[in-house]
Amino acid sequence: MSAAEAGQMERHLETCPGCSEYLDQMQTIAGSLGGLTEASIPAAMRDELIKAFHDLRNA
Amino acid sequence: MADDDDERLIRALCRGDADAFATLVDRHGSAMIRVAMAYVPSRAAAEEAVQETWIAVLRGIDGFEGRASLKTWIFRILANVAMRAGARERRSIPFSALAAAEDTGEPSVDPARFLPADHERFPGHWAIMPARWPMPEEGLLAGETREVIAAAIAGLPVAQRTAIALRDIEGWSSEDVCEALEISAGNQRILLHRARSRVRNGIEAYFGAVEAIGGQPVTAEGADDTAKKDPQ
Repeated sequence: MSAAEAGQMERHLETCPGCSEYLDQMQTIAGSLGGLTEASIPAAMRDELIKAFHDLRNA
Repeated sequence: MADDDDERLIRALCRGDADAFATLVDRHGSAMIRVAMAYVPSRAAAEEAVQETWIAVLRGIDGFEGRASLKTWIFRILANVAMRAGARERRSIPFSALAAAEDTGEPSVDPARFLPADHERFPGHWAIMPARWPMPEEGLLAGETREVIAAAIAGLPVAQRTAIALRDIEGWSSEDVCEALEISAGNQRILLHRARSRVRNGIEAYFGAVEAIGGQPVTAEGADDTAKKDPQ
């Protein structure tokens, strides 16, 4: 976005409750999802990898 | 470029420090599964691709030249491994092609939410404004909205899902996402915006909307049968 466009958007947001609420919601979403981490490799696979690390390094 | 932290880790790996390796596996494990899922059809296949990638990383670490960051290098290997695995299972195109194939050009907000451009008093204004969400104090991930958001993300097309997972769940920078997935900054921004918009729509359907013009706040419950709860 150019500086002119950003200024235009700023001015619009000051007078438009719909768009400022929309932006607020999008920013809330962007900043809220960090607690959703879950997917990782299974513990058994992690152990196997560490064993593989030892084996490869000591080969 | 490899930074100081990368160089420290690489030295540790080269001298056989298993704790350094475990740290690296834990740091990138979940993001690697998410990226692999963009190329292969199942969680099990994604886990296998991640495992194969780590073995390739271990075999190749002595030759790592630090031209890219360690993270970028690992995710490039992962993309190659996962794409090959996907090809074996008859599903596999580069991420950029996947993103392009998913792009239906659909608007972020339903055009019916706005008044027509020739409206006599409020041309192009919101007809149905986004309502303030009755968010729990603990934030969006508290209570039932957590499930709503998880379901919305799970329902995203795969390139959008990968982008939002890396940026907003894993907390990556846009530069890192572009490098790892080999997409342009513009494409990354579009994927992320589409993903966040759909998540927003999902939350809104849950909370309900307020009709802005006409004065009387009404919920969207009657208009949208996916709304499950009155915001009162």
